[in-house]
Amino acid sequence: MDQPAASVIKQHLIDPEICIRCNTCESTCPVGAITHDSRNYVVDPDKCKACMACIPPCPTGSIDNWRTMPRARAYSVVEQLGWDALPPELSARQLTEAGEAAAAAAVRQSETSSQPAVAPGAETFSSAAFSAVVPPWSAAHPFTSLYGPKAAEASVTATVAGNVRVTEAGKDYDTHHIVLDFGTMPFPVLEGQSIGIIPPGTDDSGRPHHPRQYSLASPRNGERPGYNNVSLTVKRVLEDHQGSPVRGLASNYLCDLEVGDKVQVVGPFGTTFLMPNHPKSHIVMICTGTGSAPMRAMTEWRRRLRHSGKFEGGKLLLFFGARSKEELPYFGPLQSLPKDFIDINLAFSRIPGAPRRYVQDLIRTRAADVAPLLADPNAYFYVCGLKAMEEGVLLALRDVAEGAGLNWDAVAKALKRDGRLHLETY
Amino acid sequence: MSAIDYGEKIPNNVNLSEDRTLQRALEQWQPRYLDWWDDMGPDGSRDLDVYLRTAVSVDPSGWAQFGYVKMPEYRWGIFLNPAEKDRKIHFGEHKGEDAWQDVPGEYRANLRRIIVTQGDTEPASVEQQRHLGRTAPSLYDLRNLFQVNVEEGRHLWAMVYLLHKYFGRDGREEGEALLERRSGQQDNPRILQAFNEETPDWLSFFMFTYFTDRDGKFQLCALAESSFDPLARTTRFMLTEEAHHMFVGESGVSRVIQRTCQVMRELKTDDPALLRAAGVIDLPTIQRYLNFHFSVTIDLFGADESSNAAIFYNTGLKGRFEEGKRDDDHQLKGVGYKVLQPRGNRLVEAEVPMLNALNEVLRDDYIRDSIAGVERWNKVIEKAGIAFRLRAPHKAFHRNIGSLAGVKVSPEGQVVSEGEWAAKVDQWLPSASDRVFVASLMGRVAEPGKFANWIAPPAMGINRQPVDFRYVRFN
Repeated sequence: MDQPAASVIKQHLIDPEICIRCNTCESTCPVGAITHDSRNYVVDPDKCKACMACIPPCPTGSIDNWRTMPRARAYSVVEQLGWDALPPELSARQLTEAGEAAAAAAVRQSETSSQPAVAPGAETFSSAAFSAVVPPWSAAHPFTSLYGPKAAEASVTATVAGNVRVTEAGKDYDTHHIVLDFGTMPFPVLEGQSIGIIPPGTDDSGRPHHPRQYSLASPRNGERPGYNNVSLTVKRVLEDHQGSPVRGLASNYLCDLEVGDKVQVVGPFGTTFLMPNHPKSHIVMICTGTGSAPMRAMTEWRRRLRHSGKFEGGKLLLFFGARSKEELPYFGPLQSLPKDFIDINLAFSRIPGAPRRYVQDLIRTRAADVAPLLADPNAYFYVCGLKAMEEGVLLALRDVAEGAGLNWDAVAKALKRDGRLHLETY
Repeated sequence: MSAIDYGEKIPNNVNLSEDRTLQRALEQWQPRYLDWWDDMGPDGSRDLDVYLRTAVSVDPSGWAQFGYVKMPEYRWGIFLNPAEKDRKIHFGEHKGEDAWQDVPGEYRANLRRIIVTQGDTEPASVEQQRHLGRTAPSLYDLRNLFQVNVEEGRHLWAMVYLLHKYFGRDGREEGEALLERRSGQQDNPRILQAFNEETPDWLSFFMFTYFTDRDGKFQLCALAESSFDPLARTTRFMLTEEAHHMFVGESGVSRVIQRTCQVMRELKTDDPALLRAAGVIDLPTIQRYLNFHFSVTIDLFGADESSNAAIFYNTGLKGRFEEGKRDDDHQLKGVGYKVLQPRGNRLVEAEVPMLNALNEVLRDDYIRDSIAGVERWNKVIEKAGIAFRLRAPHKAFHRNIGSLAGVKVSPEGQVVSEGEWAAKVDQWLPSASDRVFVASLMGRVAEPGKFANWIAPPAMGINRQPVDFRYVRFN
């Protein structure tokens, strides 16, 4: 179900990192939608008519920023006044959830700074055109927002039950597998769902930090089967998307946790990026870096089902990209999975002396196996990782479809309508 | 809003053609202006095609038209913001009366003086910056310099229009004199001292556009409150252009800092000697430039106690910054304000009538605004993970006007002896060797998308063009 058009707006925002606070926009605005405090200039979403009067006079270009947002969740003036950087565009999945679950209101997914400005005039690629807004028909029913600002409890306390590094030591790249235990507090989850972590303390303006969202890496019956715990895959953020150094607040907090520490959690979130549960359903997983978390969760659930001998699973096809194998989370455990259980394709983009390989290259190489799955109503596609991979992956899927004589437009429409293609990027 | 007649020599939205005497006077002034531009405008720029913004009307769609222009052919025009119907005077002793559409005889001399002083700064800064084009760190920066220059030229037009239109023969003579004074010239200097200082290098230029053009913003804001409606409308429109100049300064300094921090991280050092050897400007040097430009600029606001300022306010000629947004009686009767005064070897606050302290009020507003930008520069340093903070110096540091003139004060605000000042001045203000070093980095970079080693590229281009756009074409 698409959101009704009126419930989603293109929200006008000012980039606080580029704005010089010259007041030109505020004095130009014919409807008084722009206001400021000693820190930021901001646009009131309830007043802005998108008349564009403020765009040409802005000397910096910081005025020309837009985010697709559910109207009910538009960034308020107060929220904007607290920003040091623009928030990233919500992913298609977040957008859907944000519209559905008001509790996600406080959740922002990425902790890094704003995205680079979109090139002028360039037609911007939108994953929202492709990503399903419904789960597979055989998905289990998820619980969402049991803890959060709109729930009875604002957060739930979890205890750290484990924290291990899952990439090779000694590299700059540092990824941790963190296990959180909820004790006796209800926290039912499904693979593909995420939770929010509230870093302790307050931001520069004295407000509590907003929660940071992480995908679960563990299946529904616990990181350890039968226990009320979940696991997360957390990469220590030491630079932003542009490569500028910045210490990610939440990721460094999480990576430095010790067993026994207490963590405040909100969630769970997510109603669409869920796995199919019917026999012989196939799963195609495409991911980079910590985007592997939900893939690990789904794979592990299928592995446990297979181990029980009571479930006839379909194919699992994994395309997994990282800079090198040392930086690939869970590299060791992946190697020990039986070949007839999961078909693993690894792409490394930074191996000295070897050409750069990306997941989309692997998808093209495996076109003969991917094409039948695109056409198979029992095959479900999941993409998770950096935003930059989205477009390349979709182009590769299109090429594979067209190479096999399929009509891509029809395939893409069916994938979206039937809840068979899910994109989750950041 | 009146449309602009391009058939006319001088683009305008003030129905110039209906006032033949005025039009002829301005048409005579125009060739004199162009001669001045040839003599004193950007050096060696005559035949360059520059991607400039030209105002063709004051509404949002019209005032930012971009295209390649040869600068002598730039269409300097006269633009006033649309009139506000039934505008009332909102401060001073005439509060509540209709705003003046003409100059009241009794305020003629003072208004002329205000307009001439403002007008004089515009060509002065063009003169100060005329050699910078030779050493621009990129085409993007070269274009920004020229944009600043042509708009300062237009601001001169705006003031000369008021002089010609409302001040008769006196006004025409003042218009001539504005073209005759020269920045830094001994026998006929510009009126305000900061506009006789050199702008010798691009770090100075960025600091100047950040700090000194911001003084321009505050002066224009105060004049935009004026009871003399044509002055208020003219300065309102000038403010839109002034914003670009401050952007050039703020982003310019920010990019210098960004580049320095990048090299500091690469070399893992904060040793100025190593950083200078690597061809970037060390942060302590940037701090000294900041100290210099901040202190020279705050002098521009005038003496901390000034009966002129009181008269200008009381008679409704010049308001406070954001006068309309303040909620007091707008007459300041019996209101006090604290100013700093030296007492022996310390500084004390003394309460004086606010009316007499209006220069100080504007200066304090300016300081608040300036410091906010310095904090944004600190964010760049912070983001690079470097423990260094830039600071605006104390208000009493290096002052040459008002009661703080002559007293030696450290950037932290401690009164110091002449001896201590002499011993430390090179830590506080750019030394001769600092200036020689910064000058040694200057050299023109003219390949699109390339930037000099000491400055980072901007976050985005002008008018949504890419950063590697050919902003200036050499013919």
